[in-house]
Amino acid sequence: MCLAIPGKVEEILTEGDLRIGRVNFGGVVKRVCLDYVPEVVVGDYTIVHVGFALSKIDEETALQTLEDFRAMGVLEAELESEEEAFARAALTPQSPCPDGSCSSQ
Amino acid sequence: MKYLTEFRNGEIAQSMAREIAAVTTRPWKIMEVCGGQTHSIIKNGIDQMLPAGIEMIHGPGCPVCVTPLELIDKALAIAAQPEVIFCSFGDMLRVPGTEGDLFQVKGAGGDVRVVYSPLDAVDIAQKNPQNQVVFFGVGFETTAPANAMSVHVAKRRGLKNFSLLVSHVLVPPAIEAIMSSPGNMVQGFLLAGHVCSVMGYWEYPPIAAKYKVPLVVTGFEPLDLLDGIRRCVMQLEAGRHEVENAYERIVKFEGNQGAQKLLAEVFEVTDRAWRGIGVIPKSGWRLSEAYREFDAEERFHISGIHTEESPLCRAGDVLRGAIKPAECAAFGKECTPRHPLGATMVSSEGACAAYYNYGRFLSAEELAKTVVSCQ
Repeated sequence: MCLAIPGKVEEILTEGDLRIGRVNFGGVVKRVCLDYVPEVVVGDYTIVHVGFALSKIDEETALQTLEDFRAMGVLEAELESEEEAFARAALTPQSPCPDGSCSSQ
Repeated sequence: MKYLTEFRNGEIAQSMAREIAAVTTRPWKIMEVCGGQTHSIIKNGIDQMLPAGIEMIHGPGCPVCVTPLELIDKALAIAAQPEVIFCSFGDMLRVPGTEGDLFQVKGAGGDVRVVYSPLDAVDIAQKNPQNQVVFFGVGFETTAPANAMSVHVAKRRGLKNFSLLVSHVLVPPAIEAIMSSPGNMVQGFLLAGHVCSVMGYWEYPPIAAKYKVPLVVTGFEPLDLLDGIRRCVMQLEAGRHEVENAYERIVKFEGNQGAQKLLAEVFEVTDRAWRGIGVIPKSGWRLSEAYREFDAEERFHISGIHTEESPLCRAGDVLRGAIKPAECAAFGKECTPRHPLGATMVSSEGACAAYYNYGRFLSAEELAKTVVSCQ
């Protein structure tokens, strides 16, 4: 939850009153609100936090950051599904940090 | 423990560490503010690469850990109500209140759901008009734009069954509180890169000037952190105290102005308690007058819930580096990872939990002492 994760915008849709992108985070695709980054177009990379794109970034930075976050083991926690979150909570007597790091030490 | 840096960019990292060692002539204490940075420092063994005199002090940790006990108790009270669908980020599930946590509320039949984005909670409200849907809006400035947009969209769509339980905290007042506390040992800060991607760093030059403290906007990857530490040490050695950006590829001075505009509309500054640390003036956001009708604290009449933080907890002193965790009388007794009193024990990244669980920062002699005090 502390971290913003880089992803590639694959598609942009208008859903009612919102500009929504389908963003690919190294294989995991999520719906992401693009209202804070009007400059972003399909094919761009952006950093995303809890479903919101915050800033456009270049491809090289995006890919390197993605690889580093994956190596640190924080990607899964940021992108986990509801079922995974409850499964993790069931196994974790102590509360994890926003980036899911506590259980991984 | 094998550190990640050994696998990637190990040589560049080593040469940056040597550069830091070369410019260091005396001990310095530097605080990284963000829990994500703490995690990366520990995972990558960055602290082990630094010269002996450079000590990294782990900051307040994360928004989850500093969420005051009273708000957790309010969340538990709301989530237990039969008509409520309580939505949260997954990380709040196991944060203990006075009695139990959200995971246990769900186990007891409460409708507690984990969402990826606050907008998912707005969608749930639209699909369940017979229920009250509450989103637990915690977080630093990085998360605030998402929470602000959720309530903005709910208002635009005229939803009467959506509300926000707000516990936002802010970085600049926390830095001021640390710098102005008696016995403060922190001499420089790494500013959280993603907070600054939203807010920019225009708020910080007055703080650097007032407290004569270098502030370096820093990223999360090993080389980013080493670069941030290097720049901070160089300022300290030169007697400079400036705001510097070591994360230029993400952070601009002005930040994301669209996000800041909506934040100013939806939120207003308020005093906020930090778990185990106490109230820091003007260190949080609450909903502004225009959005007050979406405030879960008002909608659910829970203003009667007042939970005092434990007077035993010395998390504030630990954070400032004034005492070591084992010097706190409650450490390992009233305060353990399962029954944490303060932020530094809530998260296992926190200094107290790290001492308790891993003895990571202890000498053999200190460790022996700690083990005794745990029993």
